[in-house]
This record gives sequence, structure tokens and C-alpha cells, in this order.
Amino acid sequence: MAEEPKDNKWSRRSIIKGLAGVPFAGGILIAAASEVMGKQNERDKILNSLNIEAERPPATGSMSGDPLRVGIIGYGGRGSHLIRVLGFADNEWLAEMENNAVKNPKDTRLKDFMEQEDLNVKLTAVCDVFDVRAELALNSFNTPTNKIKRYRTHQELIDSGEVDAVVIATPDHWHAPISIYALNAGVHVYVEKPMTHNISETYALREAAKNSSAVFAVGHQHRQTQSFLTAQSVVKENVLGHVSLVQANTNRNDDNGAWQYHIHELASPKTIDWQQFLGNAPDEPFNKEHFFRWRKWWAYGSGLSGDLMTHDYDRINCVLNMGIPQAVTASGGIYTHRDGRNVPDVMQINMEFPDFSTGSSQVDGKEKGMTLVYSATLGNQFNRGTVLMGHDATMELGNRITIFADAQSTRYRDMLQSRQMNTETPIYQYDPAAEGVDGITSATSKYFADKGLLWTYRDGKRVDSTYLHLREWLSCIRNGGNPSCGIKEGFEEAITAHMGGLSYKLGRRIEWDREAEIIKPIDGIDFDEVLLQNTETYQSV
Amino acid sequence: MNSSKFFNEQLNAIVFMRFLIGWHFLYEGALKLFNPSWTAKGFILSSQGPFENLFTWMAAENVLPVIDFLNMAGLLAIGLGLILGYLERPAALFGVLLLSFYYLSHPPFSDLTQIGTEGNYWIVNKNLIEAAALVVIYKIPTAQYFGLKSLLKKSSPTKNLQSHG
Repeated sequence: MAEEPKDNKWSRRSIIKGLAGVPFAGGILIAAASEVMGKQNERDKILNSLNIEAERPPATGSMSGDPLRVGIIGYGGRGSHLIRVLGFADNEWLAEMENNAVKNPKDTRLKDFMEQEDLNVKLTAVCDVFDVRAELALNSFNTPTNKIKRYRTHQELIDSGEVDAVVIATPDHWHAPISIYALNAGVHVYVEKPMTHNISETYALREAAKNSSAVFAVGHQHRQTQSFLTAQSVVKENVLGHVSLVQANTNRNDDNGAWQYHIHELASPKTIDWQQFLGNAPDEPFNKEHFFRWRKWWAYGSGLSGDLMTHDYDRINCVLNMGIPQAVTASGGIYTHRDGRNVPDVMQINMEFPDFSTGSSQVDGKEKGMTLVYSATLGNQFNRGTVLMGHDATMELGNRITIFADAQSTRYRDMLQSRQMNTETPIYQYDPAAEGVDGITSATSKYFADKGLLWTYRDGKRVDSTYLHLREWLSCIRNGGNPSCGIKEGFEEAITAHMGGLSYKLGRRIEWDREAEIIKPIDGIDFDEVLLQNTETYQSV
Repeated sequence: MNSSKFFNEQLNAIVFMRFLIGWHFLYEGALKLFNPSWTAKGFILSSQGPFENLFTWMAAENVLPVIDFLNMAGLLAIGLGLILGYLERPAALFGVLLLSFYYLSHPPFSDLTQIGTEGNYWIVNKNLIEAAALVVIYKIPTAQYFGLKSLLKKSSPTKNLQSHG
């Protein structure tokens, strides 16, 4: 530049130096635009060929009209959550959440509760056999606008004429008796899972629900999860091809997860109506641990098969609608919590569906049949996802859906060969938090989503699926319609869980007779006696 | 090598660096401009370290769109400023600011999990180095020598630069 006349800024060289950045800037902008558009095109091509509809759950109806009078039976941990969702948070919870919100600004549970829609419900009755819990409800919910009364038994509560509907969150052995009593009285029922505790009451409850005008719903709230509805579309469009194996898992490694719940310091025969708690369970002297940690005993709970497998079974049943398995085999043991419990803490349940098919991309008749493997441990919390494995693709199913093409797929052979698809990049990804669906994502955004950081559920707002599930039940009561998890789904869930429990306790394969709708009898075995016997495995007497 | 030539080569090196950083900013901004579903939400919500609360606030429903816009517009403007050589000093300054936000939201401290990084970093990472390079660009402006500014200036670019010190 030394040779350049210094003051002539309009010389050719000066102009080049002045404007050199312009073509670069233009080129970079064009490159970015074509990068974005190109990826979008590739993505659109794949998405169009898959034709998956990112479903939104059907909108539930209006909550207008007279307030619905609800009673809560069983105001424990789960019961208080259900009631909170209906708009009633007790004083203890509010104080705890205020404290948490101050400590951690990311904890928005209190704010979320405050912003929740008014479901037009009055909480008029509570029944809990533990005085401390019943009084907490009375003290929290007896307000000028809401009068609540305590009842000693569920019969008194249901017969009081003060409730239109009940929410049942008792130990498992009370689910069916209370549900049946309420349905016979024409009172609407929302009951926690598992729907029943033994086989005969499963049939009795089905009869009661069929003969009652009341609305019956089982608390499998994940039926409201957007991703599961989208997964239904994935299966319908045969994106996965023939699914031969489904894996679902439970992995927990903490006291709470192993049902080692806190034993309240005020628990005593004076504060707990022990006989009322026992109900139809075998007689037992007062036992605080049995009362608070009832999930650890077959007498009141149903272990991994009833407590946690039911979640996974119903999730898959919601997506595949495969019904009751033709055969179930189960195994496991008490391996990590040898604390006097008699339900297993490691359990594998294989559910066989030899006639079921999700569809096929190959010649007719080549593929048929599926196994659902449920594998659970309460001694390790490594996250194993739910995986549906098809001939053409594999779907990871959670709050998000991720689908990978299979290298040997028939359906995607051409797209794989032309490198429009590859087996490492998801061919479809669905995240209810994102604006739309995304066929191709970076490792980083996958990480964020896996961490649950992008979770939102409805219109960009984090919504509790239990809230949506209860709202659906309320809407069916007010506006008609059938809950997504009603008696049919509940029956399938309960029978499958009991088959798992039976197989484990008997160490035998348990089969379902689809025509007769019964578990195939085994000579000399009374299935209910097996399930209810309060021992780790069945001891014939 | 005479001192003038040496000086010119130093300038050329800084112009080259200015170009590269401008390129990086402009491309990042343009990708966001052309992709309407882009949002910084995930990046912000995964923030760690002493300023986590500030960044969490940025992801709030009513704040996030502003943050997304400012980030995209900032990247574009800084990128253009550096590449074209116009308002390079404010561009460098705002670039340092933006990079500081990126740095502070995911600081490479040994007790924090590093996300989305392809190398290994402790205290010093690429954001910090790029910010330091922008400080050099701020301290030694070159737009009057090479860039739009040279066409808009009345007097000799090199003289002016030298007098800047």
C-alpha cells in the first residue's frame, strides 16, 4: 500500500479494500439460508413420507354449571396430589412450596398451582382412617366458600348425600370395594391404579361399572401425555413396521421409590382406625409399618406388578391397544430390600401376544406376534427407556418420541441407500415443548430434551398430566363421553397385573382364555387365595 | 523488513482475525434469522454456575422472545460490523458482551458438567478466547485501513490509524 497515492481514497485499490467485506457478508448470508432451507427440505421429505400426526388430545368440555361435590377417600400422599389438582392444596403443602420457591426460583410448583384453571369443584367430604391426615384436610379446606366434613367410613361418606363423585386413593385392597359401593350408589368414581387387588373383584367391579350410570375412571394419567397420542399415530402409519418386542422398565434406587415411606410420629392405635384400614386383609395386630408402607405387602398392595408394571402396561396398551396378554411368565425376588417385605423388588414380567401385529412392510404372514417385557429393579436407577422394536424402526417412547430407522428395514431401504436417512440420526422426533416436530436434531438439543429441560405440555405451559386426566373425568361427568382409561382399560390392566402376580407367586406360566374371558384355571389352585396370601411365594395349605 | 511493512503486516493479521470473527458471528446470526423455530431456551435453561438464576429469568415466557431477538440481531449486527469494517469498535464491544453472556451461562469450571463441548476446557474456553480477540480488535481498529469506514473517511486511512496510537 506504500505505492498507493495516500489521499486518493477512490482509487481502485482503496475501493476494493473498502468493499471487500460486502461479497463475503452476502455469501455467508446465502450459505446460512441454503443450510437452513436444505435441512428443512430433507426433513420435510422424511416427515411427509412418514405422515405422522403430532396429535393433541381431544379438548375436554366446559366446567360450567353447579359446582361438582367431590369426596376424597384416602388423603395420603397421592390423595392430596389428586385433590390439589382439583384446586385444593392443604396448608402443609402451601407452606412447604412457599419455602421451596424462596429457596429455588426454578421451583414453580406453587405458581403453577395458583395459575391452574378453576375446575368448579367443591370438596365436601374426606374419609381417612388416620386422624392427622383427615384433620389436615378439614383444617385446610373448611372455608367460607367450601364446607367439608369428615366421615369415618367410605359407606358413610358415599351415603351422606353430600357427594356427587369420589376420588379413591386408598391402599390397593380397598380400591374395588369402595369403587363398587360408590358405583352402586350412582356416585362417580376416579380410582387410583391398580384398579383392583384380586381377580374376583375385577369382574365384580366391571359389572358394577357397566350397570351404573356413574362415570368410572382409572388413574392412569399418562393417557393424557401428548407424546403417547402421537405414538398412536406412529403405529397407525406403520412407521415401525412389525413390532416384535417392547421393553418397558422401572429403575429406582431410593427409599421413597422402594416404598419406605415416612412413618408419622403421631401414628398410634388412637389416631389410626386399624380395623377399618385392614378391611378384607388378613387380621394383623396394629402395625405402623404396614399402615404407612402398605405397598410392601401382598395383603394390601400388589408390588411391582400392580404398583408399577401397570403404568408401563397401560402406556403400551394406550399406544398399541393390544389388550390382555395370552400368557404371562414372571420371575424375580427380594434382592435389595430384605426388610421384611414380601413383594419382590426385582421383577421381570414377560407378556406374550402371539396373535398381535402392529402391521408389516414385508410379505403377508411373515410376521406376527409380540412380547412385552417389563423389567424392574428397586436397586438401581440407571435410566432404561421404553423401546418399541419394529422391523423398520425403533421408537423410544417417553415424554418425547425418538424414532430411528433400522439398518435392515424394508420400508426405508431406498431412503437409507440414498443416504436421505441414516440409522444414527432420528428419522422422527417429537417434543411437546417444541413449536413443531423435528426430524433432525443436534446432539445438544437432544441432550437438553433428555434432561427434561424443554418440557412443556400445552400451549407452552407445563401442565400436570394428572390434572388433565381428572379434568377429562370431570368433563365426562358434566358433558358426557367416556374417560380414556375407563372400565375396559382398567379391566385389562388389572387382569394383566394379576397374571403377573400369580405367575411370580406360583412360579408358573399363566394363560388367558380370550373367548371365555377368564384366566385359564390350574387344578387345585384358587387364584385369589394365591394373590392375597401374605407371603412372598404361594404356600399351599 | 522496514517498520512500515512490518506495521502493515500486523494490520493485515488483525484484519484477517476481524474477518474470521465477523464470519463466525454473521453465520450464527443468519442461521437463527432463517430458522423461525430457533430459540435460545434450551441453551439458557441449561445454564449453570453463579449466574444461573439470571439466565433462568431470561427464559421466562415474556422475556425469552426479547432475548431471542436481541441475540439474533446482535450476532448479525456484530458480524456485519466486523466483516464490512463499519462501526467495528462498538461491534467488538457488543461482541465481548454477548460472548461474556455465553461464557457466564456455561462457565468451564471444573465442578460443572460441560455440555455440548468438543474439547476440554478449564476456566478458559473458546468463548473467552474469542472475547479476548475482540478486545484486540477494539484496541487496534482497522476499519479505516480496510473496510467500509476507509471509504467514508476524509483523510488518509493509514495516517489516521497511526495517530490513533
